[in-house]
Amino acid sequence: MARASNKLSVFNVTALALGLAFLYLPIVILVIYSFNASRLVTVWGGWSLRWYFEFFNDEAMLDAAWMSFRVAVTAATLATLLGTPAAVALSRGADFRGRTLFSGMLYAPLVMPEVITGLSLLLLFVAIGAERGFWTVTIAHTTLTMCFVAVVVQARLGALDPTLEEAAMDLGCNPLRAFVAVTLPLILPSIVAGWMLAFTLSLDDLVIASFTTGPGSATLPIRIYSEVRLGVKPEINAICTLVVTLIAVVIMVASVAAKLSDARGKAAARL
Amino acid sequence: MSSPSIFTRPARLAAIAPYLWMALFFLVPFVFVLKISLSQTAIAQPPYVPVFDPAEGWEAIKTAFAALSLDNFKLLVTDDLYVLSYLRSLVVAAISTAILLLIGYPIAYGMAQLPQRWQSVAMMLVIVPFWTSFLIRIYAWINILQHDGLLNQILLALHLVATPVVWLSTDSAMYLGIVYSYLPFMILPLYATLAKMDPALLEAANDLGASPLRSFWLVTFPLSLPGVGAGALLCFIPIVGEFVIPDLLAGSNSLMIGQTLWLEFFTNKDWPVASAAAVILLLLLLAPLLLYDRLQRRQLEAR
Repeated sequence: MARASNKLSVFNVTALALGLAFLYLPIVILVIYSFNASRLVTVWGGWSLRWYFEFFNDEAMLDAAWMSFRVAVTAATLATLLGTPAAVALSRGADFRGRTLFSGMLYAPLVMPEVITGLSLLLLFVAIGAERGFWTVTIAHTTLTMCFVAVVVQARLGALDPTLEEAAMDLGCNPLRAFVAVTLPLILPSIVAGWMLAFTLSLDDLVIASFTTGPGSATLPIRIYSEVRLGVKPEINAICTLVVTLIAVVIMVASVAAKLSDARGKAAARL
Repeated sequence: MSSPSIFTRPARLAAIAPYLWMALFFLVPFVFVLKISLSQTAIAQPPYVPVFDPAEGWEAIKTAFAALSLDNFKLLVTDDLYVLSYLRSLVVAAISTAILLLIGYPIAYGMAQLPQRWQSVAMMLVIVPFWTSFLIRIYAWINILQHDGLLNQILLALHLVATPVVWLSTDSAMYLGIVYSYLPFMILPLYATLAKMDPALLEAANDLGASPLRSFWLVTFPLSLPGVGAGALLCFIPIVGEFVIPDLLAGSNSLMIGQTLWLEFFTNKDWPVASAAAVILLLLLLAPLLLYDRLQRRQLEAR
């Protein structure tokens, strides 16, 4: 440890500080401006909650926010239910037939440009005659975000000692019981983290939702985008601040939950 | 990977549901993209011909099949508008990736040198912006960069400029937005390889008389190349198809292919040309995608 801190040069600290400032400053400025009383976004007119009231009276914006929230919760839950078994199969299933295709299908969407994913899903929905709206967006978001869940959970499974499961089975557990009693509690923090990541990615997505949604069911990013194209509005600052706050709360809850269950997992592993 | 155990069989069964889901919603859609890219646009619902309808019998399907053509692809590779879009996308992605590497590497390096306890805090700090909305972060920059925005106000107050500078709708604003949005994607894989590195290697290099700069160049950098590759691909591939950032921050005189595709689809309602544009984009990205797949698999499965 002492050796590590010796190497901590001025250069390293500066790089780190500048990098973090670059990442955070714009968001801090956005939050401050959301409390600006002035209609001109950039002229400071004193502190005020005016734009928050404006948002809570904006029917269309509230509808979009509610739609986004429902999509994000449903998609994140489906993505977790599908992504977790996918991770288990990849890290415990050894070499099964079709494994290369399976992992390829799970890794490719992580980097695939969203315009391609969105367009291809829309064409599928049109071809099978599905009515576009809540469910088409939710299916699209599930498809994208389950890959993130799978990667997060797989990383955790890979770091886990497989002898724990074997020990449980030596003691007479069947594989399912061994998984539920031993593996699941240990990977729970990563499953929770995967759900949160899926939730925020869904809440955030503009491109895929634009392709796959139907008339009358715009999500929050779609509404924000169409407003932003017309110019900066103070109300958008307020909405963005609320979204950032929601995500920050969700992350904090998740990291506390992860810490608690991690501590429990470590205690269990020591027994 | 653990040796085959009794756990293997049930673990394989777990693959069934996600396998079917991804096959249906990730692989199958590409068949439709390919088919529609060979169709012609039409004022109809859906807006293309021919439409394959199994109910109309074998003859109708054969006629429909004969109506498919490569016209859209011919248009895309001969029309300057599209060719320039593809070129611009590749150039923008390459330049952005280079800037991201130059900025991301020192930050990741600084993180890896922190005391263990602080490393996880620093990592959290890098990840959190990635969790907050992408669109919101771009919007935050519009607040700062617009004509009477914060940046111009500061520059004017400091008398660094006499009149407000045009920042929005320029390539610089777009590069700034891209670098800002993708920085965590570059830092995290770099940090992952740098943190794993054995410090004894550097000490050995120092003992043998290498200067810090030389031992960095001969030891640290070559060992971090897998991270460099993963970070570069993780940024390059999606940036080529980026839509939101160039649309909100760059000028409208030259478009990236993601914008062209969007325009064809939403404004011109030309689904076949948009599909053909997607097919060519996918072909351009095939090599980097396969390379990324290999790196990702090695990283996640070679424990």
